[in-house]
Amino acid sequence: MRILLKNGRVIDPSRNVDDTLDVLIDEGKVSAVDANIPRKEAAAVYDLTGLVVAPGFVDIHVHLREPGREDRETIATGGMAAAAGGFTAVACMPNTTPVNDDQSVTDFIRTQAAHASPVSVFPVGAVSKGLKGQELSEIGNLVQRGCVGISDDGMPIQSGFLMRKALEYARRFGIPVISHAEDLPLAQDGVMNEGRVSTLLGLRGHHAVSEEVMVFRDIRLCALTGGHVHFAHISTRCAVDLIRQAKAQGLAVTAEAAPHHFTLTDEAVVGYDTNTKMKPPLRSEDDRRAVIEGLADGTIDAVASDHAPHCSEEKEVEYDLALFGIVGLETSVSLGLDQLVAPGTLSLKRFVELYSTGPARVLGLERGSLAPGSRADVTVFSPAKPAVVDPAKFRSKSRNTPFGGRTLRGSPLMTIVGGKVVHSTL
Amino acid sequence: MRLQSRHLLGIESLTADEISLILGTAESLAEISQREIKKVPTLRGRTVVNLFMEPSTRTRTSFELAEKRLSADSLNFSASGSSLSKGETLIDTARNIEAMAPDFIVMRHSMAGAPHFLARHCRASIINAGDGAHEHPTQALLDAYTIKQKKGAIAGLRVAIVGDILHSRVVRSNIFLLKKLGASVVLSGPATLVPLGIEHLGVTVAPSIEEALDGADVIMMLRIQLERQGKGYFPSLREYFSLYGLTEERVGLAKPDAIIMHPGPINRGVEIASSVADGPYSVILDQVTNGVAVRMAVLYLLAGEADHAHSAEERTGH
Repeated sequence: MRILLKNGRVIDPSRNVDDTLDVLIDEGKVSAVDANIPRKEAAAVYDLTGLVVAPGFVDIHVHLREPGREDRETIATGGMAAAAGGFTAVACMPNTTPVNDDQSVTDFIRTQAAHASPVSVFPVGAVSKGLKGQELSEIGNLVQRGCVGISDDGMPIQSGFLMRKALEYARRFGIPVISHAEDLPLAQDGVMNEGRVSTLLGLRGHHAVSEEVMVFRDIRLCALTGGHVHFAHISTRCAVDLIRQAKAQGLAVTAEAAPHHFTLTDEAVVGYDTNTKMKPPLRSEDDRRAVIEGLADGTIDAVASDHAPHCSEEKEVEYDLALFGIVGLETSVSLGLDQLVAPGTLSLKRFVELYSTGPARVLGLERGSLAPGSRADVTVFSPAKPAVVDPAKFRSKSRNTPFGGRTLRGSPLMTIVGGKVVHSTL
Repeated sequence: MRLQSRHLLGIESLTADEISLILGTAESLAEISQREIKKVPTLRGRTVVNLFMEPSTRTRTSFELAEKRLSADSLNFSASGSSLSKGETLIDTARNIEAMAPDFIVMRHSMAGAPHFLARHCRASIINAGDGAHEHPTQALLDAYTIKQKKGAIAGLRVAIVGDILHSRVVRSNIFLLKKLGASVVLSGPATLVPLGIEHLGVTVAPSIEEALDGADVIMMLRIQLERQGKGYFPSLREYFSLYGLTEERVGLAKPDAIIMHPGPINRGVEIASSVADGPYSVILDQVTNGVAVRMAVLYLLAGEADHAHSAEERTGH
């Protein structure tokens, strides 16, 4: 079906476009982007006056829990959450049961996604077999079957030797090694950021330095090996500074940041709401500002939610016992608009870049562009329409968010994947 | 004058007036424990659940005694004797206890914030009897009561607290309380056992015990958990005692009339020399005695709060 998106403000950072234009979609591809495309060209016409039309948003860090923990999330529900949140594609982390360290798991995820998920699902394979940090998984084979990156994510690689070998080995496949930078012995079973607030609350701290020393290690290993290191969920000022320096030196380093790290600080833990517990933990106000600076100046390439669904019984427990992580797919876009664009810190163009072109480039995906001929993945959003976060209405199976009840300035309104409208509240 | 909350979760949220109210009430209730028949009917018909999810003899018996002296019906849940050791979650435990409609739950838990969690899920008044490394409000209140008893007032005193600051709930509650009542607080302990950012609570940190004790009116020693040895916090108990133990010689650095306190149980020869613990300046056993009066005062005042809340509910029809 031919779809015409009329009168929207088309922002396409891949081609430096920011203008009121029409977008014509045909056979799953963008067929024209122009002023005044006649209505008769299409069967469905949407008047998007006052709204922004952007290349489809990509969240490169989500946990879909399938296979293994379908009580928390499935590829279908996670995909629906993504579509509702304005995302046209996601990259899912390998910490499923079984772990995505084997082509059979990659095949399963892709097959399942093809028939159950409204959005594209790109699997991220495991660096090490079983995420055990000992032996490399069959990385070449995983890439062949469709993995777009490798990571041990929440089981961060402690061995510098293994990280080095992973970077060397992955280089020829052109995929990044995604680093969850955390020195585990230094983090000391901490449950929140270490500092004034952890001292006040009597909770064990996990100091920013445990992230920073690993960022430094991986930057040096990147320089040594020529591999591509992508840093997941960067959360501290020093980590942002180190990445900025590495980029200035021309190293193949990229980074993402999560909405909760540019929105909240460790002050949010006061009251012991377990939906403020995640890794990396919510940091200080200075760290939060540094993340926003990094997003603004290009040090950080992408916003990624680290969508981590957990059942209520895994969160409705003592703070120390609660699992790490929060859901993010259905709040990410509104938080970005509210926290980054509404205060005037980021231009809409930079915002769109951080949610589409930027993440697509990190993983080398053919996404993030509205150039004629490209795949018709489109996100339509309003920077003005308020969004009220109501966890009861989430498409995700899980409700673990600290943002329930918030009213945010800006909403995703329509998601088009491969020329098909998969979500719309227009 | 009443308490603002029907729970006692910590000292941090109390005002100086509320603290003084509790201490004043404890003073008038202390007399009950001197009587031949040590019991008043104040809490007759009220049920108190002592939910101790971490072993504690001293605090639990002190609460039990306070409850009995006020004629409350009390029952004890402890981690070893109930479903808690069978993997039941705290929320299910809370709902089960709640179903028996207690008026109070006195809770001890090894994890910070557990009583706050309970307060969100229960209608009963929650009294925090120690949560992880967070707060132990009745300990700070009985410490303050003891200081007032011995020194007359708290404002203007110099209080030295020495030991494992990092893992201590007693120290946090004491800092909040002593600062609210106008004392100055100096801490000392190995830097490995002093949490980051503690100075934001308005205290100073002295690198040596000698500096901390210099001119102190009150010396508060904290218990060293023997299992901390070998975990990288300090090399040995021997070295700990030589650097931070309270000896008679070190007591001499404090004011001549300084008092020595310890929340117990004491480790003789680790944080405190026997001669000091048993010496004339030690008020350690007074603390134990005063604990009962302070806990009676807390129960009494919170019961009044709960009555007030209930009658407000009846008035508004909720």
